[in-house]
Amino acid sequence: MSFEPRIVGILCNWCSYTGADLAGTSRRKYAPNVRVVRVMCSGRVDPTFVLKAFEMGADGVLVCGCHPGDCHYQDGNKKTARRMPLLKKMLAQFGIEDGRVRLEWVSASEGDRFATIVNEMTEQLRALGPFRSNGGDGHG
Amino acid sequence: MEPKIGVYICHCGSNIAGVVDVVQVTEYAKRLPSVAVARDYKYMCSDPGQNLIKEDIKALGLNRVVVASCSPRMHEPTFRRVCQDTGLNQYLFEMANIREHCSWVHEDHGQATEKAKALVSAAVRRVSRHEPLETREVAVNPCTLVIGGGVAGIQAALEIADSGHKVYLLEKEASIGGHMAMFDKTFPTLDCAACILTPKMTSVGQNRNIELLTYSELVEVSGYIGNFKAKIRKKARYIDMAKCTGCGWCSELCPTSLPNEFDCGLGKRKAIYIPSAYAVPNKAIVDARNCRYLKGLASGKNACRLCQTGIEKKGLPGCEAGAIDFAQKDEMVEIEIGNIIVATGFQQFDPSAVYQFGYGRYDNVFTGLEFERLSNASGPTSGSIVLKDGSPPRSIAILHCVGSRDTNYHRYCSRVCCMYSLKFAHLLREKVPEAKVYQLYIDMRCAGSGYEEFYERLQEEGVDFIRGKAGEITNIAEGPAEEGKLVVIVEDTLVRRKRRLPVDMVILSCALEPRPDAEQLARILSLSRKADGFFLEKHPKLDPVATTTDGVFVVGCCQSPKDIPDTVAQASAAAARALALISKGKVEIEAATATVDEEHCAGCKICIDLCPYKAISFDEEKKVSSINEALCKGCGTCVAACPSGAITGRHFTTEQIMAEIEGVLA
Repeated sequence: MSFEPRIVGILCNWCSYTGADLAGTSRRKYAPNVRVVRVMCSGRVDPTFVLKAFEMGADGVLVCGCHPGDCHYQDGNKKTARRMPLLKKMLAQFGIEDGRVRLEWVSASEGDRFATIVNEMTEQLRALGPFRSNGGDGHG
Repeated sequence: MEPKIGVYICHCGSNIAGVVDVVQVTEYAKRLPSVAVARDYKYMCSDPGQNLIKEDIKALGLNRVVVASCSPRMHEPTFRRVCQDTGLNQYLFEMANIREHCSWVHEDHGQATEKAKALVSAAVRRVSRHEPLETREVAVNPCTLVIGGGVAGIQAALEIADSGHKVYLLEKEASIGGHMAMFDKTFPTLDCAACILTPKMTSVGQNRNIELLTYSELVEVSGYIGNFKAKIRKKARYIDMAKCTGCGWCSELCPTSLPNEFDCGLGKRKAIYIPSAYAVPNKAIVDARNCRYLKGLASGKNACRLCQTGIEKKGLPGCEAGAIDFAQKDEMVEIEIGNIIVATGFQQFDPSAVYQFGYGRYDNVFTGLEFERLSNASGPTSGSIVLKDGSPPRSIAILHCVGSRDTNYHRYCSRVCCMYSLKFAHLLREKVPEAKVYQLYIDMRCAGSGYEEFYERLQEEGVDFIRGKAGEITNIAEGPAEEGKLVVIVEDTLVRRKRRLPVDMVILSCALEPRPDAEQLARILSLSRKADGFFLEKHPKLDPVATTTDGVFVVGCCQSPKDIPDTVAQASAAAARALALISKGKVEIEAATATVDEEHCAGCKICIDLCPYKAISFDEEKKVSSINEALCKGCGTCVAACPSGAITGRHFTTEQIMAEIEGVLA
């Protein structure tokens, strides 16, 4: 069987989770590789969540929040955006490829966009291969 | 207490069970840690489905419940209530979304079933770590803020005010009335818009429960459902509202003549003016940008002020009420309200963007709103439909879907244009009976009470319906019949023939689009917008006037284009929702707030600047941060940022989220 990457999607409740729901109500098909964890705001995304996901065997982590300026909590998404570069730098030091973590803005009306991002990321991760046998030392 | 979990897998008819093997998921759930019982059922949200959970809680002593069904945005409240009704704290419940996030989006049954298992496993692991939480009850301020004074805002304000509660009606312009006040007749009954609207406008002005804030803008909103605070800028109007009698004498004296916005620029007004014949409040306003005196002040010159002083030479007095006050400044007011109704309406699509239609280049290409004013007895031509040179048109083409149903502009249908185009055709038939009237449509959409009948009536009235979207309007004649005319080029798709229609006048039935300030308002009120820019309702079918911000409702065209009957119905619906909260007098507030563990807080103060609601303060004595739960909205930004891990985000604790991550990867 070909490699099926596992993606943990951490989505904010107001925009991105609603957008993913919209993909559902509009029956927009996408790769089943993503599993969604809901947080109220992408600002809640502690970088350790991303590390935890890799530790537990994820091949990629997708963090989605409201578009800049649209945050339900004013600017939680900006705070996430600011944390990302540091996290990515750290992941690089661990040998985790850049493409394994993605931060995207998905609004409540962008069901289509969510589906497209998931499909894209699934393809990219297929190309990158499984996380454990690639990059890290096998323990995540 | 050891967790004892009940897991319930919903078939949702065939919505879930048609793709996901629910029996397999149920068997899988049975083997998960701490699961005491797992069942699958056709419809978990139905009464028998809910009873299944209730009975298990009682019989088996369950202390945690997981339902795997639709989105928590749909039925989380339903199942939380089930728990609560059976004496289980509602926060000891978790939902796995195996419909919107699984069965509806995946085709491969095997993969969808595997994913459903992972989502159930995540919910089970998470719920084991849930803590009971107590919701807070807070009193609801009985006052309501209605933003926008068009027919939607007027209706909502009157409904609430008539039930005896205070309403602040905020309007950006100097008078309420909105677009409807500009219309001539209304379809399909042909009532005169002013005749049905102005009594309502007057009622607003006279209602003791309504405080009218015209020429005012919303600056900031803080607080939460039942307890909002709004900051409003009352812009300087340079008129003492208490003194102005609305006589209009000041306008007679004013030497500055300007295009009148209420007439879409087709008529004139002065720099001090009364916004319209039926303005409420019927008070003058100074156009500060164009007033000679105010402009003079800015450049150090002292000129004019004729409205105040009069014209002595001619023996004309100035404002005798002494109502003009050039020293007036913008004023900030702060109000406290429990509910907010957003009724900010739409703006008409600017057809100059469609270059080939020549709007702005050719004199006699009008927008729908301009035609309303032309046809209106109180408009610039006193209701005669004439060309720019004053002569009556002998042929008119009405173009549908300008800016609507067009991937270059707006994909959506603006819903009202077919009907108002028919209305225009009828008015033309009535007022210039000898003129030829063409309707260029893509599809006729006449769904509504009496609408189709109106369409049939127009066909009988001798209007020429051509199915086709115009490609271009040109003034280049190809023959003597086209000399001096506007030529509409269109493919008549019913006869599959290109046609050139020489006409005197073209009316563009323009799309309704979101107002340019919708983005800013969305930000102030934390509203979401749809892809088309209109405000997003909480649920398109089951909660069409509520929004993602509790206590904030959206009505009328700011939510999506709609006609007057639908707008009024929505406005009444939102008023009912606000009144329900007011009459209950109290509201439950989400308990999922953040809290600081003083033992672990290092006093670094990082969290304080991060909080968007200023809910965190620093206790100088204890040298720790402290969170005001009434202000905390539970976003969790401080929780993620706290370097010593001293802040817990209730119901979204690090432990719970980690368990969920573990679960989805199990």
